[in-house]
Amino acid sequence: MSYDVVIVGAGVTGAAIARELSRYRLKLLVLEKEAEPAFGVSKSNSGIIHAGTQNSPASLKGWLCVEGNRLLREELAEDLGLNLVQCGQLIVIFDEADLPELDRIKAEGEALGVKGLQLVDRAWLDANEPNLGPEVKAALLVPSAGIISPYRFVYALVENALKNGAELKTSCRVTGVTRIEKGGFYVEAGGQVYATRFLVNAAGLRADEISALAGAPTFRITPRKGEEYLLDRKREHIANRIIFPLPSKTSKGILIIKTSDGNPMIGPTAHDTEDKEDLATTDAGLAEVLAGARRMIPSFEKSDIIAYFAGLRPVAGKDFVIRHEDSAPGLVNAAGIQSPGLTSAPAIAVMVADILKKHGLELRPKEQFHRLRPRPAHLFQIPLEESRRLIEKNPAYGDIVCRCELVSAQEVRDAIKRGAVTLDGVKFRTRAQAGRCHGGFCTTRILKIMQEELGFPVTALTKRGPGSELIKDERK
Amino acid sequence: MRDRELVIVGGGPAGMAAALAARAAGAQDVLLLERDQHLGGILNQCIHPGFGLHHFKEELTGPEYADRFARQVAEDPGIEVSLRSFVVKLTKDREISFLRPGALEEVKARAVILATGCRERTREMIAIPGSRPAGVYPAGLAQKIVNMEGWIPGREAVIVGSGDIGLIMARRMALEGVSVKAVVEIQKTSRGLVRNVVQCLEDFGIPLYFQHRISMIHGRDRVEKVSVVKVDDEFRDIPASGFELSCDTVLISVGLIPENELLEMAGAEMDRKTNGPVAPEVNLTSLPGIFACGNAFKVYDLADSVTRDSELAGRAAARYLGLK
Repeated sequence: MSYDVVIVGAGVTGAAIARELSRYRLKLLVLEKEAEPAFGVSKSNSGIIHAGTQNSPASLKGWLCVEGNRLLREELAEDLGLNLVQCGQLIVIFDEADLPELDRIKAEGEALGVKGLQLVDRAWLDANEPNLGPEVKAALLVPSAGIISPYRFVYALVENALKNGAELKTSCRVTGVTRIEKGGFYVEAGGQVYATRFLVNAAGLRADEISALAGAPTFRITPRKGEEYLLDRKREHIANRIIFPLPSKTSKGILIIKTSDGNPMIGPTAHDTEDKEDLATTDAGLAEVLAGARRMIPSFEKSDIIAYFAGLRPVAGKDFVIRHEDSAPGLVNAAGIQSPGLTSAPAIAVMVADILKKHGLELRPKEQFHRLRPRPAHLFQIPLEESRRLIEKNPAYGDIVCRCELVSAQEVRDAIKRGAVTLDGVKFRTRAQAGRCHGGFCTTRILKIMQEELGFPVTALTKRGPGSELIKDERK
Repeated sequence: MRDRELVIVGGGPAGMAAALAARAAGAQDVLLLERDQHLGGILNQCIHPGFGLHHFKEELTGPEYADRFARQVAEDPGIEVSLRSFVVKLTKDREISFLRPGALEEVKARAVILATGCRERTREMIAIPGSRPAGVYPAGLAQKIVNMEGWIPGREAVIVGSGDIGLIMARRMALEGVSVKAVVEIQKTSRGLVRNVVQCLEDFGIPLYFQHRISMIHGRDRVEKVSVVKVDDEFRDIPASGFELSCDTVLISVGLIPENELLEMAGAEMDRKTNGPVAPEVNLTSLPGIFACGNAFKVYDLADSVTRDSELAGRAAARYLGLK
């Protein structure tokens, strides 16, 4: 099997690159080691569409973030049927002496082309963010920041890339890469060998290993762990914007994050680790996150927390590593994509296409590129009258499976038709089990629908892929 | 929007008792909304005995207990049962919107009784640290998995919390051949009934660790083990008291919370600690004509007590409607 481009990794970076390249007459293959796209770094993303602030104008990621933000707001969210909410953000200070820091962030943001930045005082904050604590003295208002569902963003990109002819192989880990003498690579994955002219490495935490396999051991990925705590949707209006403290050296700090599904989130921590699989949350992390969030909004209670998780940022120095590796001709790395990677992804994709073109890949547009992806129906996102029309057309939209988040049997079936093969895949696409009861009421119903749609015995159904089977045995 | 005399949300023991009592007190038009495909609620998965000792003076299983009420409800021409019906909206003026397969329905009720039951507190609510593998289940979900579906979630289990559901599931899993390694309870005593501690743990030789907590869940894809640590009277970890238990399943039984999202949506005053309504007496809410009963009002130990108090709710609604 021979391809023009093989992309390693179906996180947001790989998915955006696949979707961008699928505009052109190319044979594309995406290889993903997990059971579904977005199951690596992307699934723990906060979902913030950053404006571009808090980056140096000398950084690559600053520019890519501003451009990615523009692409998402002006084109992609609409084209892909995504719910992007431009809620804006505040960067708050606890000490008037830090005002010059806000001025610096404002000047740097403006140098990058971020629009509408404005210093606001306590009176403005009292009028617009009444839940802020007394320690907050002033803030920088960043209106172009927003929020999106990170995994639904990835699924939309992947679906659209596949619609435009790209291929995807999941549970397919790359185990070997061999250079072909007259150019290109043989990529060994899941027991198969794929020949390709170009190899794009968007392998997240494993990007250093993939680059080394391909002959370019030019950087190292250090995971930086972040713990996040999700609150009950009842606390949705505790803040009207995403709220940041001043950034530290290694992160943007503990934030109060609005999410596009309603539940506010607090976090993340930022601690370097050596273990690329360490996704454990800790007592210390919870304490750190609560303390950080309460400094900005004191009324958070531990009992508001309905879920938590940890993610690992793939850090390769201070900036993104996006380049052709001359020591391994044909290899393009898109690595070290930590924050603001989700926002930057569409711009990274354009940049990678450009690099490929410079190195000899011909980009001839397809006669028909399917730019639009139909928006999936989600009852929780639409007014009741729209639900009524949906249910009248298809009764199964009125058959509620998940009561906390209002998800119908038909939405679960739709998710499976769009590619979900695991319980987490259903959750990320539909929100079923993502609410306050944590699947206590709906898990068995979802498993039965999955059995029907996928044709597997229940003992073969998994939470997130092989090894995470949910049911060990059936009674005789 | 159709007018109804009395709408009851929830067809478990509370909703059925309230419906029958309201009818006996003169209600002519009762609409009973149940989200599942049959009446009975959680009783259907409680296949153990111990029900009915007070109400019927005989010992029944959960499904038997539920069935006695379900029959009466089915035979009563003044009660309309709507199954697979999920209420999405309730206003303080008692306007109700509900979804069922094929339709969005809207009714206006002269009185409403919420009998929506309760949900389980989860691993997340007690914030057990560690990874998030498959194999961590609320104990009530595990009960449904085993008793309703005939599936066995795992082969070696540790149970967190010694409430009744945890105790009953320890026995249930043991009966299915699962090795139950321990029940871990952070308090000094069990919150469960004494008969359950004896019949479910002691009779099966299952160790019960008081004043211990799970300090970490381990395992990437599926649970592999848990770390357990002893705590002092202030729930602080006692140094060097930790040990590990290997298991593939962790069942969480750390209490129940009244399910009152509808009542909250309608604007009733809620107790943020218990998630029950703020009320001067049993079954009342701060909204006139809207009542709450059973585990939605407060979490009960016995289904028989739910029946007793929910009958009061049915009569209170009838009085509110000016009957008798």
